Amino acid sequence: MSIIRYHVPELTHWSSLDRLATLRDEVNRLFDWTAPSRDSGLFSGWSPALDVFDDKDQLVVKVELPGLKKEDIEISLHDGNLSLAGERKVESELQEGQSFRSERYFGKFQRSVTLPTAVDPAKVKASYQDGILTVELAKAEEAKPKHIAVSVS
Amino acid sequence: MNAAPTTPAGQPAQGSGAPTVTYTTPLANIRETPDGYVLEAEMPGVAKDGLEVTVENGELAILGRRVPATEPGRRIYRESRGFDYRRVFEIDPSIDAGKISARIDQGVLTLHLPKAESVKPRKIAVN
Repeated sequence: MSIIRYHVPELTHWSSLDRLATLRDEVNRLFDWTAPSRDSGLFSGWSPALDVFDDKDQLVVKVELPGLKKEDIEISLHDGNLSLAGERKVESELQEGQSFRSERYFGKFQRSVTLPTAVDPAKVKASYQDGILTVELAKAEEAKPKHIAVSVS
Repeated sequence: MNAAPTTPAGQPAQGSGAPTVTYTTPLANIRETPDGYVLEAEMPGVAKDGLEVTVENGELAILGRRVPATEPGRRIYRESRGFDYRRVFEIDPSIDAGKISARIDQGVLTLHLPKAESVKPRKIAVN
């Protein structure tokens, strides 16, 4: 399973250092082969932005997924990897008429993230509101922070 | 509809003396239908209450404020930007600004921009 990073447009400019810029482009091109960005032809899909939070007893994963249907989102947990997959379907209203601007991604997406601690697979909750998917994963008992009282005699 | 955005990606909005606010440019799709235009913009994290759509001087501005949320714990990995959304479009004079309707569903804003009756094709009966 491949892990694709969310693609953030590069804002750095090297206009005064042309030779360095050329070198950087060359290096970037090399890396493009191993880490396709979300609009490259190697990975046919899109990749939503993902955030991970660590709370005392649980991990929370938030994913920006505007415009999906609840039933089109699939969440699975395997070997400490949380996988999210789904599809944004084109609605019929959008198919007719002349297109002026087409920036949104449609079709299938897939993300997977390795969780930093062990979680209890029986205690995973997910909700989807305002285009944001929130997955709450309760930590496994052995991964929870333990308070050990030390008695000084 | 001249759909050229007047606010490029990532550029902070210009305030008069007020502190600069950074916005994210929402991804948008625009289509023309026989009756008007349909605009869709992705604004995850925005609910109905955080939405502001204004038409002024031939410009349509959409502003989406995220629902304020407390972070559920310590942030250990981040890809989202967390900014509010703003984008400005030039609109065609044929659009009837009084009849623009908007709705937001799961973070996608849909605007219907109907054309004014006077510019719609009309059949004239010949006596």
